[in-house]
Amino acid sequence: MNLTLRIWRQKGSEDKGRMVRYEVADVSPDMSFLEMLDVLNERLTLEGEEPVAFDHDCREGICGMCGMVINGVAHGPEVTTACQLHMRSFSDGDTIDIEPWRAKAFPVVKDLVVDRGAFDRIIQAGGYISAPTGSAPDAHSIPVAKADADRAFDAATCIGCGACVAACPNASAMLFTAAKVTHLGLLPQGQPERASRVVRMVDQMDAEDFGGCTNIGECAAVCPKGIPLETISRLNHDLLGSLSGADAK
Amino acid sequence: MIPTRYRSSVFLKAAMAVTGAVMVLFLIMHMVGNLKAFEGQESFDAYSHWLRVVGYPAVPEGGLLWAIRIALTVSVVVHIASATVLALRARRARPQRYQTRKRVRQSYASRTMRWGGVIIAVFVLYHILHLTVNVIAPGGASDSPYERLVNGFQQPLVAVFYIVSLLLVGLHLQHGLWSVFATLGASSGRREPLLRGGATALSVLLIAGFMLVPVSVMIGWVS
Ligand code: HEM
Ligand code: SF4
Ligand code: FES
Repeated sequence: MNLTLRIWRQKGSEDKGRMVRYEVADVSPDMSFLEMLDVLNERLTLEGEEPVAFDHDCREGICGMCGMVINGVAHGPEVTTACQLHMRSFSDGDTIDIEPWRAKAFPVVKDLVVDRGAFDRIIQAGGYISAPTGSAPDAHSIPVAKADADRAFDAATCIGCGACVAACPNASAMLFTAAKVTHLGLLPQGQPERASRVVRMVDQMDAEDFGGCTNIGECAAVCPKGIPLETISRLNHDLLGSLSGADAK
Repeated sequence: MIPTRYRSSVFLKAAMAVTGAVMVLFLIMHMVGNLKAFEGQESFDAYSHWLRVVGYPAVPEGGLLWAIRIALTVSVVVHIASATVLALRARRARPQRYQTRKRVRQSYASRTMRWGGVIIAVFVLYHILHLTVNVIAPGGASDSPYERLVNGFQQPLVAVFYIVSLLLVGLHLQHGLWSVFATLGASSGRREPLLRGGATALSVLLIAGFMLVPVSVMIGWVS
C-alpha cells in the first residue's frame, strides 16, 4: 500500500520544528510501524537527507522506548506500543500524522525522540524498597496473598513508555507514578516506606512540571500494559493517608 | 510559606473534592426546599422565613443561615482557587499543542469542567443578586420571595438562562460526583461503574428537581 506521512521534524531542542510530508510506496501490511519508518529512513539516507530520529530498542513491546503519537493517539490506533503496531491497521492511501510526546517534562531531543528522564527522577525519589543486600532469602519466607501478588504484578508491568502523559489533557504523570506506588504498596516489602514513598514521588512529579490528574481516563485507555485507572485512586488514598502519618517528610 | 505537602496536585485536588461535596450537600437541601413552591405562596414564604429563624433562641436569629453561608463561601473560594492553580499548572505542563489530537475515552462532562465551572460561577452570582439579596428584580420587585421567583421566571430569557445553567451544573456533577470518590481514594475497578452510575443518577435527579420550578412557572402551572 501507498501512504502519505506527515512527520514532526525538529533539528534539536532549540529548533521550532514543523510537520514535513513524505510519500512511502509499497508498504507491506505485515510490516510493523517502525519497519515502515525504517523503509522511509533508508530512502532518506540514500537521497542524502537526514533520516527521521525515533527511539526504539526491543521492538517487542517490553522496553517502552518507541513512543510517538500516531494520528492523534499515543501509539496509534491499537492499544499497544508503536513497535507492535502493524501496517494492517491502516489502509492504502491513508495520511498518517506522527508527532513526539508533547509535555514540558518530556523535552524533544530531536524529531520524535523525547527525554523521559523525568520518569527516572520520579522513580529515584521513592519508587524502590530499601532492603539489606546479601544472599537471596527464601522465596516463601514472606507469604503474599495471591490476589495482592497478582495486582502488584499487573501494576509492575508498566514499561515507563510515557503514553499516559502524552494522552492526558493535563500532561499528568499520575498513571505512571500510581503504577509504581500500587506495585510496591501491595507487597509486604513495600510497607515500611509506603507513606514517605508516595509523598516523595508526588512531590517529584509536581516538581517536574507534569500537570495534575482530573480523572479523565485517557491515560488508561492508551496504556499498552493495561494499567487500570483505579491505581490512581490507590495513590490518592495513600497520599491523603500519609498527610497525618509521621513517616511523611 | 505553605508546606510542600499542601501544595501537591493531589492535595489541591482533594480540597476540590471536599469543597465540591459540601456544595452538593447544600444543593440537595436547596432543591428540596425549592419544591415548596408547589405548595403555594404561603408555604414557600413561610419556609423562607423559617430558614431565618430556625434554631432560635438556641442560636441567634439568622445564625444557622449565616453558618451555611460562611461554609459555602469558604467552599466556593477554595474550590475555585484550587481549580485555578491546577488549570494553570496543566496549561504549563503542555506548552506545545498537538497538531492532530483524537479523543479516546474522555467524556464531554470531564472535558468541560473548567469552562463549565466558570459559567456556573457567573450563574451563581446572578442567582444570588436576583433571589437572595434582591438587587436585580427581573419582572418586578416584591417583598415575597415567592412573588420574586414567579415574576422572574415569567421572563422567558431569565427562565432559559436558569435552565441552561442548571444543565451545566448537572454536567459538572456527572463527572464531579464520581471524581470525588476517585480523588479521595475510594474508587476501584469494581466500584467505578457503580460510582459513575450513581453520579449520573444523582445529577439527573438533582437537576430535574431544580428545573421543575422555572419550567412550571414558564408553562403557567405556578403563578
Ligand atoms: C464556581 C465555579 C466552579 C469552578 C471554576 C469549578 C471548577 C471545577 C474543576 C476544574 C473541577 C475539577 C475537574 C476534574 O477534576 O475533573 C471541579 C470539580 C468538582 N466540582 Fe467544581 N467548579 C465550580 C463550581 C462548582 C459547584 C457550584 C459545585 C457543586 C455544586 C461543584 C462541584 C464539584 C465537584 C463535586 C467536583 C469534583 C471534585 C473532584 O474532582 O474530586 N463545582 N470543579
Ligand atoms: S502506565 Fe502505561 S502508559 Fe504510562 S508509562 Fe506505564 S506502561 Fe506506559
Ligand atoms: S521498541 Fe521496545 S517497546 Fe517498542
